[in-house]
Amino acid sequence: MELLKVEQIEKYYGNKSSLTKAIDDISFKVEKGEFVAIMGASGSGKTTLLNCISTIDRVTAGHIYLEGQDVTELKGKALNRFRREKLGFIFQDFNLLDTLTAYENISLALSIQKKNTDDIDAAIRNVAEQLGITEVLEKYPYQMSGGQKQRVASARAIITNPSIVLADEPTGALDSKSSKMLMERLTYLNKEQDATIMMVTHDSFSASYAGRVIFIKDGKIYHEISRGDGKRKEFFDKIIDVITLLGGDVNDAV
Amino acid sequence: MMLFKIPVRNIKRSLRDYAIYFFTLIIGVSIFYVFNAIGGQAAMMRVSSSGNEIIEWLKTALSGVSVFVATILALLIVYASRFLMKRRNREFALYMLLGMGKANISAILLIETVIIGIGSLVVGLFVGIGLSQLMSALVANLFEADMTAYKLTVSGEAVGKTILFFTVMYFIVMLCNSGAVTKMKLIDLIQSGKKSEKIRIRNPFVCVMLFLVAALSLGYAYYQVGWNYENLSSGKIFICILLGVVATFLIFSSIAGLLLRIIMCMKKIYHRGLNAFTFRQISSKVSTMVFSMSAICLMLFVTICSLTTAFSVRNSLNSNLKALCPADAQIEFEINEAYDARDISDLYKKYGYELTDGFKEYVHFKTYSDESFTLNESFGSQLDELKKKYPFLNYETSETFVRLSDYNALMKLYGKQPLNLQDDEYIVICDYKSMKEIRDKALEKGNEITVFGKKLYSKYDECKDGFICISAQHINAGVYIVPDDVVTENCETMDLFTGNYDASTKDEKQNVEHIQREHISSVTSSLSEERNGEEVGILFDSKLDIYEAAVGLGAILAFLGLYIGIVFLVACGAILALKELSESVDSISKYDTLRKIGAEEKDISSSLFRQIGIFFLLPFLLAVIHSIVGMKFATKVMEIFGTEGMGQSIAITSGILLMIYGGYFMVTFINSKWIIKGR
Repeated sequence: MELLKVEQIEKYYGNKSSLTKAIDDISFKVEKGEFVAIMGASGSGKTTLLNCISTIDRVTAGHIYLEGQDVTELKGKALNRFRREKLGFIFQDFNLLDTLTAYENISLALSIQKKNTDDIDAAIRNVAEQLGITEVLEKYPYQMSGGQKQRVASARAIITNPSIVLADEPTGALDSKSSKMLMERLTYLNKEQDATIMMVTHDSFSASYAGRVIFIKDGKIYHEISRGDGKRKEFFDKIIDVITLLGGDVNDAV
Repeated sequence: MMLFKIPVRNIKRSLRDYAIYFFTLIIGVSIFYVFNAIGGQAAMMRVSSSGNEIIEWLKTALSGVSVFVATILALLIVYASRFLMKRRNREFALYMLLGMGKANISAILLIETVIIGIGSLVVGLFVGIGLSQLMSALVANLFEADMTAYKLTVSGEAVGKTILFFTVMYFIVMLCNSGAVTKMKLIDLIQSGKKSEKIRIRNPFVCVMLFLVAALSLGYAYYQVGWNYENLSSGKIFICILLGVVATFLIFSSIAGLLLRIIMCMKKIYHRGLNAFTFRQISSKVSTMVFSMSAICLMLFVTICSLTTAFSVRNSLNSNLKALCPADAQIEFEINEAYDARDISDLYKKYGYELTDGFKEYVHFKTYSDESFTLNESFGSQLDELKKKYPFLNYETSETFVRLSDYNALMKLYGKQPLNLQDDEYIVICDYKSMKEIRDKALEKGNEITVFGKKLYSKYDECKDGFICISAQHINAGVYIVPDDVVTENCETMDLFTGNYDASTKDEKQNVEHIQREHISSVTSSLSEERNGEEVGILFDSKLDIYEAAVGLGAILAFLGLYIGIVFLVACGAILALKELSESVDSISKYDTLRKIGAEEKDISSSLFRQIGIFFLLPFLLAVIHSIVGMKFATKVMEIFGTEGMGQSIAITSGILLMIYGGYFMVTFINSKWIIKGR
């Protein structure tokens, strides 16, 4: 089932004298239950693309449909509501509220939706178990490691059962061990909970956990590969091959 | 040159951060000045020289309070400068990365502090001088009596003190800053933006214990001051005040943890909407600002007490003046058989003056007395009992009689109600409280008297409120109003002339009065000369005189109370507002996060409203509770100055509090909302 449809979107920055095409005619589709990674070098437009899909930024031209609804047409309250109910966010710098415990950070996502307080506790315990953060629920952000923080942020993103989880460089601030653990957890959510995840990264290792990788260069789709039923290691090698083809632009990738 | 350019540009560029710091300093400087300016002022001079016990106490209290004010300001400034330093860590990191030495960074900071220091000192002094002028003019206008002599002047001493204090303060800030610079580590600076804040949560058990200790000691202090004040010695008062201060501090250090625990137990409420976030924010704010909150609470307490007491003293002063002095001038002439004239106007004519000159309207009549009718007869059958009870009275004093028509004419001039009498009735008017009580006892029982050979009955079984002579206080000890034909003409004792000047402005009235005085002194001296230097009984009373004389100790205390109260209120609001604004600047990222996870703008706004509201309300609530007890005590102390109409004073004080404190709250809320607004 088709969940997300991006149709010929363009995004320009700047003015007439210096126009930057951050996104230059990109179209693709994401099926429900898919785990898609978007790769590209710094400045390739991948974060802009994510921001447009997440309605944080507006497109200059084109349409984005989520579950058949055109998100580029949304405004004001409807936009807030859409963001709250359909989207889940994971940020590179976690964006946890440091005055709240992990538990409260997660519960906030639900209470903002005015969910019944009786159901909150069970839901949090459940998602904490899946992400392996049950023992840090009562801790404050400053008492947690980066990996734990990012998993708490993931829990917050997933607990509202969003149509799609958007992750912007989720492993960007993590060491390799924490990265691995986070990606395994996200894969678990994707496989077992049927969560649709779209992740922006420039880290080939993280991208190799996805089912499909879209490569972007200079605002355009450069290439696209699917993992199929192959092993993650093989998929990782494939990704490295594409990156080499890209011209070593992503030479900072592992 | 470079070193000088950087600080100037810094200030220009980060104007928003600096604005908060700069305003803090300006308010600090101006409040310090305004407070110290009281000492050298006319009002204070006059109060100091009176040597009253209360004044000694007030002086000690004022010097104590000025130390308190200085401490608060010092802490406020150190806090503000640290806040600024913290926000600029990244900038310092950049300088260090570029190879600038710590000495150079210190130098930049030094220059910045000097620029800001001098700027804020100059601006602050101007604001302070303006504020003190404005406030004293405002307060002086609140009095019916003439307080213009007590308007504050620019005090050189206070200016000197302020400059000295703040120079020392800035010096300390500089030392602190360079100390902080030498301790800085590059790595900490670079990462400063990313580190999450440490949250200190007190052990709930400790919180409960602290709160209980605080509540108990407050209860004890309340009881001593509010209910057991007969046994209060000055040492005990001091202990109670100390207890109150410590308890206030303990309450603020425990209440955040305590309330949070309680609310967290109410899961339904805690996990609704943004409540969890809101309460956590409040609790972290309160627990990091225990000292300031306590200081603000105490200042508010002083504000409420001094405003309410000052207002009630001022009110009773004003209403007494208005009610008891309804005519411009009054001339009393004691009729003497030896003089040629029995009438003051004849006396005037004799020396070439016209009594009614300069008067727009007047009433002129005589009072009478019956030699055989004194207090003894007045009390009739009750005499013996009253004599035993009130042995200090002079029972041989002749009573004064006024004819009904004369009295009613006077009342018409005063704008008061006339009286009615049957042919055989009389009424006693009296407004001197203790004398009225005595007279009422007699009137209750026997009310039949015989004067000028006629039998009269009292119309009422008590004295009626009223007076015939203008004054500042209730001092009419009793006058009989009788039907016109009762009195006999040759029993006249006093010639009373009462009138309003033919003038509308104060200056014109003063001119008329000046001429009147000249006439009177001329008449008196001529008559006295004629009588071989014998003293002549002509009295002149005027509204202007009475109003001037009314500026007594009570008025000056009320003036100071209002002044200090309003200064404190302005200071409290400013401190809270600045703290809250800097807090909002620090929390921008938190609100961005809330927006990203889909919180409604409406919910964010209401969360902010609640945070700021509770932040403003907490110290206020405790201050109100303190004040209820404090007022009980204050009314006792200030009783002699008249504390009538307490309800009205409380209403006015609440109004002022609502306006200034509430105004600060609204401004803070609107500005905070603007600060955290998403882009």
